[in-house]
Amino acid sequence: MEDLEVRVGKKVVKNSYVILSLLSDSDLFDAKPGQFLMVKPPSPETLLRRPFSVFNQEGKKFEILFQICGKGTLSLSKVEEGDNLRVLGPLGNGFQFEKSGSFLLVGGGRGIAPLFFLSKVFLKEKIKFKVLYGGKTSSDLPALDYFKKEKIEPILTTEDGSAGIKGLVTDPLEELIFSENFSEIFACGPKGMMKKVFEIAKKFQIPTQFSLEERMACGFGACWGCVARIRKNNGEEWVKVCKEGPVFKGEDIVW
Amino acid sequence: MVDLSVDLGFMKLKNPILTASGTFGYGLEFTPFFDLSILGGVITKGIFLEPNEGNPPPRIWETSCGMLNSIGLQGIGVERFSREILPELRKFDTKIIVNVCGHTDDEYAKVASYLSREEGISAFELNISCPNIHRNGLCPAMDPEWTYRIVKKVKEVTSLPIIVKLSPNVTDIVSIAISAEEGGADAISLINTLLAMEVDWRERKPRLGNFFGGLSGPAIKPIAIRMVFQVVKRVKIPVIGIGGISKGEDVMEFLVTGARAVEVGTANLFDPYACPRIIEEIKGICEKEGIKKIEEIIGTLKV
Repeated sequence: MEDLEVRVGKKVVKNSYVILSLLSDSDLFDAKPGQFLMVKPPSPETLLRRPFSVFNQEGKKFEILFQICGKGTLSLSKVEEGDNLRVLGPLGNGFQFEKSGSFLLVGGGRGIAPLFFLSKVFLKEKIKFKVLYGGKTSSDLPALDYFKKEKIEPILTTEDGSAGIKGLVTDPLEELIFSENFSEIFACGPKGMMKKVFEIAKKFQIPTQFSLEERMACGFGACWGCVARIRKNNGEEWVKVCKEGPVFKGEDIVW
Repeated sequence: MVDLSVDLGFMKLKNPILTASGTFGYGLEFTPFFDLSILGGVITKGIFLEPNEGNPPPRIWETSCGMLNSIGLQGIGVERFSREILPELRKFDTKIIVNVCGHTDDEYAKVASYLSREEGISAFELNISCPNIHRNGLCPAMDPEWTYRIVKKVKEVTSLPIIVKLSPNVTDIVSIAISAEEGGADAISLINTLLAMEVDWRERKPRLGNFFGGLSGPAIKPIAIRMVFQVVKRVKIPVIGIGGISKGEDVMEFLVTGARAVEVGTANLFDPYACPRIIEEIKGICEKEGIKKIEEIIGTLKV
């Protein structure tokens, strides 16, 4: 974990989504897929850093993908190439996997962020995987071009049918599970979507891991602000998403 | 060479920087960032007798120049604290101050009594002012008699010094401070967070799972300074200032107002290096201003 001053590189804005490159002069930590960064928005209106999954890392450059949904992300969307930002990371625990597995990655909206990074690692490690990527409309699929650049063809869904299969990202799930032999499903997205993924996977007895999103103040376990209900020690507890997550096993999450 | 040490009477600190309870975990969370030995002291997260569950999320909401929290003192209880945390904390050359909580008056005494048997604790800070425990944000520090009763009870079971942390959510902070002093407090720390609430008008919902939370951060500093000003004039015991301190200049403001030490809180959350930075800043300020001993400026406000 390091507190770094980084330089803003390329910025891609697609509707309400932003993909931001962050560059460092010094050698970077190696982030694992599922880990996150705490980034301080430049606006003096904000006090706290904001948590973002690592969307991509290549050497001294890493990228985050986020949706503008409040004053912090709005402020971050306005940074320009060459601006400096403070970044703390990498934080939390990433996805756990065996190289021999075969994986299905299910991403909804901005939840695709950690899964793109995971896809790249899978490609590099020659691990078998498929990506299921959904949004409300085709404009909610900002990572699509990035997948294509890596020659990954995600199965797409949109609620209005403007891209891919018309419907929810969970609609093609059962059929996919039938036709392929996945050893585990990794997902990130809205709470309701993840719950549905868990229920379907459970029906087929496929283990799952989910990356949870929660409001955070510190990001490193000091404030206990970012809790989720998790099964632990034969009971249920409020568990810190930043420290013990953000990736949890599906069966441990109290849905 | 600037002398940053301050004397609280019952305890000498190498510098006036303490960590505000609830914003510094159990201390060990910050060891990846800096050596805790540079601090005047570590004040731990509030500790109950048993593990405490805390409030449902969302627990955090950022406000203008501040934040709301409704953590609800989630924590591990005295036993695990003594076994897992204290031995690690003792390795650092700094004062360890344990923030003591209770659901009942008796529990405060039981926690203090239990921890008094442990080595390495320099003082207790009684948390009678958390707004996130009782219904409607009620806390003992809202009532002079309740304050007196708890302080006295804890004082009877321990020989360790007691710092009593007060709430700003009162009509008359001075009367509460006097009650704490009469109950046997060795020092007073103030202020805890301000009882507050924010709503999402579009969703028609409170921003926090617990509805109410405590407001902290730079936004509350003027309230804290005002209350330190009121209290130092009326009690003989030392006062520790808390509220929105995020830079060296803030520390100087509290000290000249009469606080003998300060606690850095919310700043730890947005900048894990806040404490070492602030210590360097006050050193720099003293050097620049020709202040050889920081104690000299305490209570020097011209009014």
